[in-house]
Amino acid sequence: MSDHFVRTTHAPAKPAPRIQIGWVRWARENLFSSLLNSLLTVIAVVLLVVMLPPFLDWAFFSAVFSAVDGSACRVDGAGACWAFVEAKFGQFLFGRYPDAEKWRVVLTLILGIAGLAPLLIPNRLPRQWLVAYLLVPFPILAFVLLSGGFFGLEKVETSDWGGLMVTLVVALTGIAASLPLGVLLALGRRSEMPVIRMFCVIFIEFWRGVPLITVLFMSSVMLPLFLPEGMSFDKLLRALIGVALFSSAYMAEVVRGGLAAVPAGQYEAGKALGLTYWQSMNRIVLPQALTTVIPGIVNNFIGLFKDTTLVLVIGLFDLLGIVQSNSTDPTWLSPQTATTGYVFAAFVFWIFCFGMSRYSVFMERRLEAGAQR
Amino acid sequence: MVCNTHRRCADLKLVSSPKDPQSTVATQPWNNPKLRSFAAQTLVLALVGAFVWIVVDNTITNLQRLNIASGFGFLENPAGFGIALTLVEYSEQSSYGRALLVGFLNTLLVAVIGIVLATIIGFTLGVARLSSNWLIAKIATVYIEIVRNVPLLLQIFFWYFAVLRALPLPRDSVSLFDVMFLNNRGVFVPSLLLEGSGLVLLISAALGGVAAWLIVRLSKKRRAETGESLKGAQLAPLLVFVVPVLVFLVSGMGLKAEVPSLRGFGFRGGWSLIPEFVSLLLALSIYTAAFIAENVRSGILAVSKGQTEAARALGLKPSPILRLVIIPQALRVIIPPLTSQYLNLTKNSSLAVAIAYPDLVSVFSGTVLNQTGQAVEVIAITMTIYLSLSLFTSFVMNWYNRHMALVER
Repeated sequence: MSDHFVRTTHAPAKPAPRIQIGWVRWARENLFSSLLNSLLTVIAVVLLVVMLPPFLDWAFFSAVFSAVDGSACRVDGAGACWAFVEAKFGQFLFGRYPDAEKWRVVLTLILGIAGLAPLLIPNRLPRQWLVAYLLVPFPILAFVLLSGGFFGLEKVETSDWGGLMVTLVVALTGIAASLPLGVLLALGRRSEMPVIRMFCVIFIEFWRGVPLITVLFMSSVMLPLFLPEGMSFDKLLRALIGVALFSSAYMAEVVRGGLAAVPAGQYEAGKALGLTYWQSMNRIVLPQALTTVIPGIVNNFIGLFKDTTLVLVIGLFDLLGIVQSNSTDPTWLSPQTATTGYVFAAFVFWIFCFGMSRYSVFMERRLEAGAQR
Repeated sequence: MVCNTHRRCADLKLVSSPKDPQSTVATQPWNNPKLRSFAAQTLVLALVGAFVWIVVDNTITNLQRLNIASGFGFLENPAGFGIALTLVEYSEQSSYGRALLVGFLNTLLVAVIGIVLATIIGFTLGVARLSSNWLIAKIATVYIEIVRNVPLLLQIFFWYFAVLRALPLPRDSVSLFDVMFLNNRGVFVPSLLLEGSGLVLLISAALGGVAAWLIVRLSKKRRAETGESLKGAQLAPLLVFVVPVLVFLVSGMGLKAEVPSLRGFGFRGGWSLIPEFVSLLLALSIYTAAFIAENVRSGILAVSKGQTEAARALGLKPSPILRLVIIPQALRVIIPPLTSQYLNLTKNSSLAVAIAYPDLVSVFSGTVLNQTGQAVEVIAITMTIYLSLSLFTSFVMNWYNRHMALVER
């Protein structure tokens, strides 16, 4: 007879197979889950190996970071000419705005951010006062500061404005003008009065149907013909009018979507409470309609921000325009100058647009969380 | 939300509740909704009318003062300038009207090819972004996030000035297999010329199409009656290509290929694509593809997972699930925003003016406007053309949406 041994305790657990843990498992699941996926991974890796090192070499290792002129960038095998961006940085930001007056631009920017930042970050500050500040006193202040000619401030012609400053002026004016105009147009398009509805539909469909370039051409060559003799507009102002009208039509369509999403019961409730049309719009419908379309509104702003580059076609120098005109500067002329300038401009635009799109995602999440409660 | 503080609630009450509910406020004429609406509309009509009147009056005065001719007679006058890319016959003696046509066709050319390219790249990227392969999904995301957030004009400049203009001179061209050449004058590819009648091939392709349609119909009928479809009926659409190829081979027509070659300072023979066209096309299709990819992604995500599971429960294989369940439902979501992207691409092709690709805006609102000075007419014609393109597309889209709208219980 032999003894029987029965185990009374569990055997110690063996470690999981190596292919089931850590990065090996991750790679098997995410990179090599099937034959096709493995093939795609290999292709992608080859692509990255072929493309990334030359790019990094161009942007960093062979790049010229400091130089007094373009001769270092003209050397064979030289990479990005960052020294060019460094030398022209002031111009890229302010154009030909006089050095001694640049503090005015910076001050305007600070005043604007002071009004805008508390609006964007969720908090309990009185929003209506901030909006009122941004819509009335701020534009006047900005105009006085930037253009001068009052209170002993030296007059700076708009032809000397340029660079990122013009980009921001055009984009922010477009945004500030298009939001209220767009709301009015959207309300008009949903109005029960046929004449008003018709005008709004014609206005919206007209501006949405034509490219911005033709609008800018129109504002630069036709607008002077529309005005009485002797009256003339500044070139920048003409572009601003064109951009504002154009973007308000797009904004109107976004707001219209928001208005349609407000349940009919809300409109009826407003009426039942005895509110007038404007009261019920202001206090019941619009707050709901605008919050639901915040992502759409921000998308519109992004589009508008990118579209500001088009003003260079009518001879205004926004950031892209100033990069473009500087890239042919004989002192800095080299095979890499233009490319470096474009990459820099692209990076600046990207920061703004990507930032705005992240903000819209953040707001969307917040609103969704709010709706779930 | 409406009145979050006590003060505002108080305001609201004060404004909205009449002090005496029995009062006859409603009978006052200015409280009659119909009358108010009538008055408001008359006022708006009068204001808009006055505005238009002032603008028209000013314009007429200004035109007379500046001695600018008006009317559309100038379209008959000889243009006197050359155009780098013409799809129809055009010379310097041709009229301004002809130049308009050339510009319009160039816009259509870049728009149509751009739409095809953008759709292909966009669908690929959209699917890639949803891929289970982590690397592919990340690469697609990075591409989309970079391209979407950089202005199109900047991208056009990049391709034109930084890439194509930086290519070597014709004599040191970059060559692909010695038949395709890249240099700063453009892209040169071999041309294929058909010896014989192209019409015959077109007719045979049409016949092939009709035959394919008949076969598919027959197969459907057979399946409805017997439950078995005609064997090989899925291949029927290939007839559109097969028939012309057979006709081509049987009739002994030839193809003449011409490889571009360096003569003097430039290339002769073959087809050449001007750098303006290439860079505009690249920028437009790469930029629009990023937006199309996002539409495709959201379209696919909009099809609920339950649909895949239900199809699997019914015993469908992965490929029919994709073809018969997911794609038809995703397309319903994708197509409306896709059309507006196509429209955007067409309108964005007007950025051609910045690099002097001879499109509608560049030729007509640029050169012709400068030569004739007839700003009102020229801009009006340009805008009308774009506007009719947009309105036509949105008309078709509305029809399509009505046709495709889900009929819910």
